[in-house]
Amino acid sequence: MSEEENITENESTLLEVEELKMHFPVRGGVFSRQVGAVRAVDGVTLSIGRGETLGLVGESGCGKSTLGKAIVRLLKPTAGSVRFKGHDITHMWQGKLRPLRQDFQMVFQDPAESLDARMSVGELVAEPMVIQRMGNREQRRERVAELLDRVGLPRSAAQKFSFEFSGGQRQRIGIARALAVNPDLLILDEPVSALDVSVQSQVLNLLMELQRDLGLSYLFIAHDLAVVKHVSDRIAVMYLGKIVEMSGADELYRNPRHAYTKALIEAIPVSDPSQRRDHEPLEGEVPSPINPPPGCAFGHRVSAPGYEKSIEMDIRLKEIEPGHWVSDCPCCVTTPLAGNVES
Amino acid sequence: MSSLLEIKNLATGFQTERGLVRAVDGVSFELEKGKTLGVVGESGCGKTVTAMSIVDLLPKPSGEVLGGSIRFNGGELVGSGQERMQKLRGNEIGVIFQEPMAALNPVHRIGRQITEALELHREMEKRQSLRKAVELLDLVGIPAPERRVIEYPHQLSGGMRQRVMIAIALCCEPDLLIADEPTTALDVTVQAQILNLISRMQDDLGMAVLLITHDLGVIAEQCDEVVVMYAGRIVERAPVEELFANPRHAYTKGLLASIPRLESERKSELRTIPGQVAAIQDFVEGCRFCQRMEREGALTEKRPPYEEVSPGHFLERCPECAK
Repeated sequence: MSEEENITENESTLLEVEELKMHFPVRGGVFSRQVGAVRAVDGVTLSIGRGETLGLVGESGCGKSTLGKAIVRLLKPTAGSVRFKGHDITHMWQGKLRPLRQDFQMVFQDPAESLDARMSVGELVAEPMVIQRMGNREQRRERVAELLDRVGLPRSAAQKFSFEFSGGQRQRIGIARALAVNPDLLILDEPVSALDVSVQSQVLNLLMELQRDLGLSYLFIAHDLAVVKHVSDRIAVMYLGKIVEMSGADELYRNPRHAYTKALIEAIPVSDPSQRRDHEPLEGEVPSPINPPPGCAFGHRVSAPGYEKSIEMDIRLKEIEPGHWVSDCPCCVTTPLAGNVES
Repeated sequence: MSSLLEIKNLATGFQTERGLVRAVDGVSFELEKGKTLGVVGESGCGKTVTAMSIVDLLPKPSGEVLGGSIRFNGGELVGSGQERMQKLRGNEIGVIFQEPMAALNPVHRIGRQITEALELHREMEKRQSLRKAVELLDLVGIPAPERRVIEYPHQLSGGMRQRVMIAIALCCEPDLLIADEPTTALDVTVQAQILNLISRMQDDLGMAVLLITHDLGVIAEQCDEVVVMYAGRIVERAPVEELFANPRHAYTKGLLASIPRLESERKSELRTIPGQVAAIQDFVEGCRFCQRMEREGALTEKRPPYEEVSPGHFLERCPECAK
């Protein structure tokens, strides 16, 4: 409360995350002492500019959802910092954080679970405004109607309950609710994974349109690389709590450098039977983030030659080309010259 | 006829508070020995109910086969009785489900769940069946199978559990494997492993696979032939190359166009299918895709004919949707 806040607002950067760690204690033994830690997020650095979409991909358990929650302070980070519009919000107390919360909102994967079934859609969409003490009842009602229009739902929806709607419509309600307080940044945690393809494309179109019209920034968390690539400007690939590669979306797809990124792209089924490939799928599974293997976790999974070298190393992201960051791991990253070995 | 599975005019319904609803409404297709048939469609289109009708695993007493015929290896399955179905399931027909944690028994060891089928169908004795279980776990790529065989389902990861499901489904070397969204709950790299495993097993055992999925990518990679279902009916059926190269029904075209592809232009507007599937009790007799498009009149009153339009390519010939 007493510390002078050091605001360094950078015009183009909205969110800056530095060396963020989110560890959960594992307790055991007679006295429930801490015997270890789940390193769900283990030193992540990233930034999001105004009007930009950063896609975050990775498999389940890689820590991508935890990262999203730590950024919006639904979790209290273990170490590192989160700066939003220049304010360090990492350890900010709730009273001071609340007004800033307006500017970043979260949309969850399963709208059936994240929307209170006992509240009408009107109440659900108005709730963030109530918390932020925005407007009076009448003004809020008007704003709800506007928001429902905006996300493509009839105004009459306000009187109904969320369970009366289909999955796609419920996700629209979730988006309207997040937009209610005029945020600058939306953290979208698997916003379309629970939806059928034809509905998925409707919601993706809506998100892209909202971004164009309102200048929103997105952190788009998903496991579907094709979806992420479609909506993102830049993409970060996460593996076992760490970002292993980050670059422009087209560049990442055209020129993946990390073996894990390559494997992810390779594993996506291609919707074209004439391009059927006979590839050997990646072996193994993502290891447990409790006591992760030393050194490069992916190299350990695939027993990459040269893995031993990584054990003693402090593996970090390195910018190999402007805007293209890859972890400087000795076993998983092919040098530019040796690239294109496949086929 | 050499078809392993022949379904004719299958109708399956459920008794609900609002009366009888038809989840599957006149579905016909065949599956040849050793081939893979994909069934694709969105949630609620009746793809799972079709599969559950084959093995008589519909929720009882509300669900029942209302009409039509299911012939397997030449014998009729509809109305064949509990005893026959029990001999069939897990023996001649193996089934794997989307969520292996829900399908595996949490209080029984992995090994026991495999040996159960072997002892029942193959009359193996305990020691012999346990040895076979370890062999099977090894075959489906589970490391340290002799240790895993005494573990419980919760001790395994999602991908490992799906492998156990496959081991159970395949233990009696079935002629047909029904796989209902086998990889939907899994990560992409693990999905690739599981699909690869199914193909390998198929080659080894010469079994046919009925693969139910909503993922057109999985269909494109795995199947020989595809059935597209919409609102309880088949709207189109064709060999996989034909379907992707030359889709004829508006719904198939819409589905294919609405998937974001890696090679498509970023942030371009995606094609969508307007509206949504009608609630099951509101299904019209006529073309149900026309119903979604809010077209009226004769189109939604009379059921369009389902015909073969070119060799192997079947189509529900709605004058609007299949011009």
